Amino acid sequence: MQLISIVSGLLSSALASLGELALLAGGTFGSIAKGRIRVGLTIRQIAEIGFGSQLVVVVTGAFTGAVFTAQAYFQFASLNMETAVGPVVTLAMFRELGPALTGLMVAGRVGAAMSAEIGTMKVTQQIDALRALAVNPVDYLVVPRALAMLISMPILVVECVGLGVLASYYVGVEVLNINGAYFLANMQKFTEGSDILMSLTKGFAFGGLIVFISCREGLRAKDGAVGVGRATTATVVASSLAILISNFFLTMALNIFFPAGQ
Amino acid sequence: MRADPLLSVRDLVQRIGGQEILRGLSLDVFPGETLVLLGKSGGGKSVFLRHLIGLMRPVSGSIIFEGREITSLTERELEPVRRKVGMLFQDGALFDSMNVFDNVAFPLRERGERDRGVVAEKVSRSLAMVNMTGHSHKMPVNLSGGMRKRVALARAIISPPDVILYDEPTAGLDPIVSDSINRLIRHLQSELHVTSIVVTHDMTSCNHIADRVALLNEGRIHFLGSANELRESRDPVVCDFVQGRSGETVY
Repeated sequence: MQLISIVSGLLSSALASLGELALLAGGTFGSIAKGRIRVGLTIRQIAEIGFGSQLVVVVTGAFTGAVFTAQAYFQFASLNMETAVGPVVTLAMFRELGPALTGLMVAGRVGAAMSAEIGTMKVTQQIDALRALAVNPVDYLVVPRALAMLISMPILVVECVGLGVLASYYVGVEVLNINGAYFLANMQKFTEGSDILMSLTKGFAFGGLIVFISCREGLRAKDGAVGVGRATTATVVASSLAILISNFFLTMALNIFFPAGQ
Repeated sequence: MRADPLLSVRDLVQRIGGQEILRGLSLDVFPGETLVLLGKSGGGKSVFLRHLIGLMRPVSGSIIFEGREITSLTERELEPVRRKVGMLFQDGALFDSMNVFDNVAFPLRERGERDRGVVAEKVSRSLAMVNMTGHSHKMPVNLSGGMRKRVALARAIISPPDVILYDEPTAGLDPIVSDSINRLIRHLQSELHVTSIVVTHDMTSCNHIADRVALLNEGRIHFLGSANELRESRDPVVCDFVQGRSGETVY
């Protein structure tokens, strides 16, 4: 009985969280549709989210591409299939690793900061001050961040994948002596526009998850500095889990529209 | 004959964490008056102020502003009310990502003022009114508590609202600055006919600015009258508060 009550409690709190997220996302897109957009704040957020995250994202992409290439080579070399390394790494980077790793890095770097900033504003009554000045906190805080995230994430995913593929080529061809012409030819043969579209779609979806989870946690923060710390931790955990879990369902759903290997 | 109340509160009830903070508070505020709200710390004075601009929703009761019930309004519907009612928060609640100038200019810019000259002129006038000229490039983190409060006051009055809610405007300020804040509240009333509701513990400030004084006790208005009537009251609760008696025995 106790187990049932714990499980039902967890389920109802998860559903409540999903409902709050959906309401926040609905309010944000409603404000965007009605043109309640602060261009200056959005540009500042693009600089913070997009420009500021580039280094961490490209380093992650490059070294993931490099290490994946090395591991794939060690396995494929025993079967004399070294030239398959290129398409395997490229497809994996486009369809899975690029968007998921970019999402995880951005959740850690930007989501945590976003949640801490909004959470601090909440516990120091700055959000109440916004409301008292007849400024809607969703319009002022969430809309610029959501727009910036939805614009930046697909670009960051492209950078992550691009550097991953470049690093894969360098390690495969220059370090492990795979034939460069075959590496490139196979890579081109097995990589299609649909893989790029899948990558961009996932980047867009993960960006939405990160920004709404971060803003919701920040807006719910209470109990001073401890509460802000809790909100930041909850943001990173919830965003990371949401990215990893939704990645599976997105892969299954998107494979209907962008089938692999067709 | 007295005008209709600008703000009418009836039977306001609020519970926080299982404790009943407001227990059926009723109060009328009339246009152009300065009403001082006294009461014990933690007695619900700030909670009451927050209800007047919809920052908190009551458990029950009604708040009528300019003839319109506001407790049932949504955040968007409350925006016109909030443009007419300014609030000075207890700790200032300055935006810590902006310097003093941008904090004070914020309401103007949000209401569409784009002319930099007009913004600069209004900000410097507003800062001068609270004796904060010359501090416009400082960040809030570099200001003392009193300075933060004065900047917040400059922000609240930059486009003077019809009503200003002051939450402890003179707490933590030296007597000279407190006196200048009291004079400013009086000035806003006499020159701009601003209605003020001031939550304070400062009896000097109360005597200086109040047209009427309300004493909040046990979640209700226990006393309502002029500052003179407050001083002359024989009611034990009022006497204890005015004379600063705790009523506790020290062993």
